[in-house]
Amino acid sequence: MRGPLLWRLLVLAGFVGLLEVLCLTGVIKPLTMQAPHRIVTDLVAMLVSGALNRAIAKTLGNAFIAFVIAVVLGVTSALVIHRLRRVRDTLEPLFATYYAIPVFAFYPLLIILLGLGDAPQIFIGAMLGIVAVIVNTLNGLDRVPNVLLKTARVNQMGAVETALRVTLPCASPYILTGAKLAVAYSLIGIIGAEFIMSSGGMGYEISFAYNNFDNATMYPLILLILVVSITINMGIARWEKALMARRGLR
Amino acid sequence: MKPQSGSILRNTLTLIVVVLLAWQALYWIVGEVALRSPLQTFAFAAKFMSTPQFAQHLAETAQAFGLALLLAIAIGLTIGFTLGASRFLSDVFEPMLIALYSIPKITLYPILLLAFGLGMSSKVAFGTIHGVIPIALFTITAVRNVKRVYLKTGRVMGLSPLDTIARIVFPAALPEIFAGLRIGFSLTLIGTLLGEMFASQRGLGFLLMSAIGLHNVDLIMALTLLLTVFAGTASVVLLALNQRLYARSR
Amino acid sequence: MTQIAQVSLRQVDKEFSRSGKPADTVHALGPIDLELRHGEFFAVVGPSGCGKSTLLELVAGLSTATRGEVAFEGKPIEGRIPDGVGVVFQEDASFPWLTVTENIAFGLRRMKLSPQEKAARIEKALAMMGLIPFASSYPAQLSGGMRQRVCIARTLVTEPRLILLDEPFGALDQQTRLLMGDEVLNLWRKTGATVFLITHALDEAAMLADRIGVMSARPGRLIDIVETGWSKDRDSRIVQEERFGAITARLWRSLREESMKSLGKAGAAK
Repeated sequence: MRGPLLWRLLVLAGFVGLLEVLCLTGVIKPLTMQAPHRIVTDLVAMLVSGALNRAIAKTLGNAFIAFVIAVVLGVTSALVIHRLRRVRDTLEPLFATYYAIPVFAFYPLLIILLGLGDAPQIFIGAMLGIVAVIVNTLNGLDRVPNVLLKTARVNQMGAVETALRVTLPCASPYILTGAKLAVAYSLIGIIGAEFIMSSGGMGYEISFAYNNFDNATMYPLILLILVVSITINMGIARWEKALMARRGLR
Repeated sequence: MKPQSGSILRNTLTLIVVVLLAWQALYWIVGEVALRSPLQTFAFAAKFMSTPQFAQHLAETAQAFGLALLLAIAIGLTIGFTLGASRFLSDVFEPMLIALYSIPKITLYPILLLAFGLGMSSKVAFGTIHGVIPIALFTITAVRNVKRVYLKTGRVMGLSPLDTIARIVFPAALPEIFAGLRIGFSLTLIGTLLGEMFASQRGLGFLLMSAIGLHNVDLIMALTLLLTVFAGTASVVLLALNQRLYARSR
Repeated sequence: MTQIAQVSLRQVDKEFSRSGKPADTVHALGPIDLELRHGEFFAVVGPSGCGKSTLLELVAGLSTATRGEVAFEGKPIEGRIPDGVGVVFQEDASFPWLTVTENIAFGLRRMKLSPQEKAARIEKALAMMGLIPFASSYPAQLSGGMRQRVCIARTLVTEPRLILLDEPFGALDQQTRLLMGDEVLNLWRKTGATVFLITHALDEAAMLADRIGVMSARPGRLIDIVETGWSKDRDSRIVQEERFGAITARLWRSLREESMKSLGKAGAAK
């Protein structure tokens, strides 16, 4: 595995290097984007000065809450739906077409229902993520071999105990797949809402910086979000791979 | 995967009825300030669809979406086939694609705006970046999973490389490629709409955004309904086609 | 000496119906009358689809009889799994997310034993099934035969009085199966449990069992019960004896016609 990793790093380095050259030679104008090394130093400076820490904490904190809600509600719903065949069949078309719905259109409605605080954004973030969790968890539950459920019965386990000790551990790699998607969706929900509604947070700061031609703030913030989401995603993917490897799969 | 209790049609109808009932109930609870009833929305939508204004915006969106989808498919398939055919290339680049997929692309909007300016090209760019990665990823897996025995048969029959791709690889991989196209379709649509919301003075996304800003509840509901119905129908049709393709090859 | 039979089935019938309509109903099994004696090794053979696995599930309490009564140690089981019953299934039922030791410990979860007692039982089960070198491995790292041993160990650790084996060696090659047969006999002797084995392999039944029930094609009924008369300390070498051949021949005589019925060639047997 070292070979491809090395190549990947080379490609990345090459890409960043190319950007650097293009910026320094003025092919990419400073107004469009500053040089990569400047973006990094600006980011470090921004974090150190703590000027935007509140906004960062707000966005990441809300995204985390949305993520937790999406995963907890999603897994529980999937467990229930899995047992009710007719309900599942009726919901199937909804799941298949869910991500085509422009969910942001419900934002005004949510503000009226839930007030102007953080609740509407968290609701949207959770709403976006929950279906991904449900669909992937259902997939995992489908794959629990019947013989394991029979074993649970032979060991006289009730429904809740079976779910906690057999069904969920067995389906865990697939639940993680859903969780990965929920991470992205909760970030999208929160940041998108912050773009639209100017209510503080990183989305607002990016939008503000864009409108004021403040690249020194905008790009570092974008980079920060990219780094955070890729890191979390890779972390969960590693975990997922380890679980699958333990089972001799993939 | 196939519903056991009754047909897909019956389940979809049940779902639609449930949604309509829930909508009506919500309207009674929340009232005119944030919602319209299903009937009011249908009436308004019907009226609105007959205006020339609507036709203009629709044409704009359709053009942007069409272009974005074409680009997403062309680029996605090219990447998919190239990486799918080469073990080395996919080892290097597939993890990067997966990492890119996990980024909340909404964060990249300001960058695209700076690069492409306001207008059609930004919108198309937004749409394309949303759809291109899932198409590529699905195509990679589809091409990789073509059974070796099919390729061996092609060699035994003396097929040229181009012929092999066109007459063996593509048909064999088609069901899974189509699954990627299906998802790419929905995501490209959302991306184009979001692009119109932030980067344009024309198109249905722009209409939605200004309706949100002006708190024109009639228009918000009508547009959401139209977009949801369009996306939903297209999704269901593509899903049915996809299942046909899968059934043919099993 | 009269004792209560360990397991008794009286006029047991099992029907499966998808929708409750008579046209949809399949009469899978019965009527069956059977009694298992304490400590005996009883095997069931029969053509595919005759309901052998259904029978095992009825005895285990995993499934309820449509008619008739199934009793374990004198008490009727009504869809509950009685205490003291262990089941080893045909498919690999080892939990892939637990190590071998954790898998075995799973069987003890419910029992009120001190940690030391639990550890001791786990050690014993590991030793009995030759799994000590693999105690911290995951099932995915083991062969199919080893994984079945993990399942057997997990059952043994609860010290069951009745062990049900549903074609446990079906997926293994012939040589492994013969050796596993020896191991099962060892376990049977050491634990003193009653063993109820389902198999499609006549030689396996003939070698392992004290009594063999022959089932007809669906709806499965017991058309013959063969007493093998083997001594308790037998092992796989009895396959060399003449009696072994006679037993397998008798089994096949009864089974041949039933198997052909099962394959749809009824009446073609002579």
